[in-house]
Amino acid sequence: MLAVHDVSVVFGGIIALNGVSFDMQQGQILGLIGPNGAGKTTLFNCLSRLYQPSKGDILLDGESILTRPPHRIAEIGIGRTFQNVALFPNLTVLDNVRVGTHSRTNSDIISDSLRLPWVRNGEAALNKRVDEILGYLDLRDVAHTTVAGLPFGTQKRVELARALAAQPKILLLDEPAGGLNHEEVYVLGDLIRRIRDDRGVTVLLVEHHMGLVMSIADHVVALNFGRKLAEGTPAQVQADPDVIKAYLGSKDS
Amino acid sequence: MSALQEIVDVTPVEATPKKYIALGGYASVAVLVLLIAAPLFAKNFIIFQMTMWLIYAIAVLALNILTGGSGQFSLGQSAFYAVGAYTSAILMEHFNVNYALTLPIAGVICFAFGYVFGQPALRLSGVYLALATFALATAMPQLLKLGYFEHWTGGVQGLVVTKPDAPFGLPMSQDMWLYYFTLVISIMIYVFSVNLLKSRSGRAMMAIRDNEIAASAMGVDVALYKTLAFGISAGITGVAGGLGAIAVQFVAPDSYTIQLAIALFLGMVVGGVGWLPGSLAGSAFIVFVPNIAESVSKGLSGAVFGAILIVIIFVLPHGARQIAYLSQHWINKLIHK
Repeated sequence: MLAVHDVSVVFGGIIALNGVSFDMQQGQILGLIGPNGAGKTTLFNCLSRLYQPSKGDILLDGESILTRPPHRIAEIGIGRTFQNVALFPNLTVLDNVRVGTHSRTNSDIISDSLRLPWVRNGEAALNKRVDEILGYLDLRDVAHTTVAGLPFGTQKRVELARALAAQPKILLLDEPAGGLNHEEVYVLGDLIRRIRDDRGVTVLLVEHHMGLVMSIADHVVALNFGRKLAEGTPAQVQADPDVIKAYLGSKDS
Repeated sequence: MSALQEIVDVTPVEATPKKYIALGGYASVAVLVLLIAAPLFAKNFIIFQMTMWLIYAIAVLALNILTGGSGQFSLGQSAFYAVGAYTSAILMEHFNVNYALTLPIAGVICFAFGYVFGQPALRLSGVYLALATFALATAMPQLLKLGYFEHWTGGVQGLVVTKPDAPFGLPMSQDMWLYYFTLVISIMIYVFSVNLLKSRSGRAMMAIRDNEIAASAMGVDVALYKTLAFGISAGITGVAGGLGAIAVQFVAPDSYTIQLAIALFLGMVVGGVGWLPGSLAGSAFIVFVPNIAESVSKGLSGAVFGAILIVIIFVLPHGARQIAYLSQHWINKLIHK
């Protein structure tokens, strides 16, 4: 479904990614792991079109995404969340999620300011869809609250809701467990799996939290120093001697 | 916003999103009744001042859409105001176009001007954008004085504009007619603006204001909406400028200096950034407070104005919006007791 093909990224003289390739299958949860500086975030930013790879290609259903500007990525079904939560802090939860539907809706400033009938109908349909997502992620109670005042865990759910509102085929999650406690990570893992099962969304998970990746991922890609170190099922990757050496450390296992 | 909520201590769920940018139903009706009734009890000069109040309120609202809505600063609103004013004046005096028809034309021309100016402004943000727009505001009066355009603009002399009579033989003075005419246009612009900010386009702009990268990841074309915001703001300011030319019956380059742009900026802050009804309060501040200051002390009117401004900023850092929130809070308390 998503194919990362021989992607390299060079910043000045530093090679952040060096010929990384892997494939993602429909309905998979793919975990991307690696120690700090391994190139996880760089790869992630290539997928969300913030960085332009200097070599290689990224294909979604056989079509390159690299020709698209960043704001035309959502419409082909790639949604994302951010490492430290990047919501719209002064907007309500409801409006945050509504912005998520931007790529799936149409309007122009004139029809919008006149509130023409088709705009009203569109908004009604949109509100219905947004309400369903808010219910799904248990956010209805805070729908009219501005995001800035919400607890971090709730903000993460709002971000997921916003990403889901764009009806993505692939969801890119950048360290979703960061800043969460043990209990919350467990709940999050469940949630990610539920989203995949209920909504048929393929998930790419970039994560430091080994416990989370190993418990929910179907397939794991390990990076180190910008290269792919190993790839396979969680068990295979966990057993890989290179990965153990690079990431898990030699004394633990 | 969150700091504001702490001050007024409302439970967050109560506040619906639309109240963040507009007034509730009862408050809107009350304000409207006041605006309609007021001139019936006022002298012509007061009515003229109220007309100017509405006109500046439109211009402040336009800036509010740009800054409060899309998060871009502008000290160049006086330039858009000037273009609108000259468009109306030239169309009326040189081409005999009906005054009401000149306004949409002024709006469209200023929209285009703002949209084009928004393109280079895309590369700038925050204080740097403020500086670029500042340059526009300082350049405009001189551009209007250029000999090359003198046939049309009247050069340094400016243009005298004929004041329209009330149509259909309505028994009201020119000033009163112009007030109601301005009021109708103000209401239209206010309603359109509230609709816009509550719509998909408005949400996209506010998303850009809060986080550009996230907005872009959601599919929002950041460059498009930023320039659109500039265009819309300039277009509305242009309509205000056209109305201003008709009301004052005169356009001259030096009426549209940077001082006007700063006054509009002031009006926006005093009214509450991002809160559209505040434009009316902010505009009242820039139209009436200088008069009050002058009545306190003729020689030191500027200093008195400054003192009043500082007190207001200390007491009400969130502008008129803060008063609105507080009174809403107290009214709710009274009702629920």
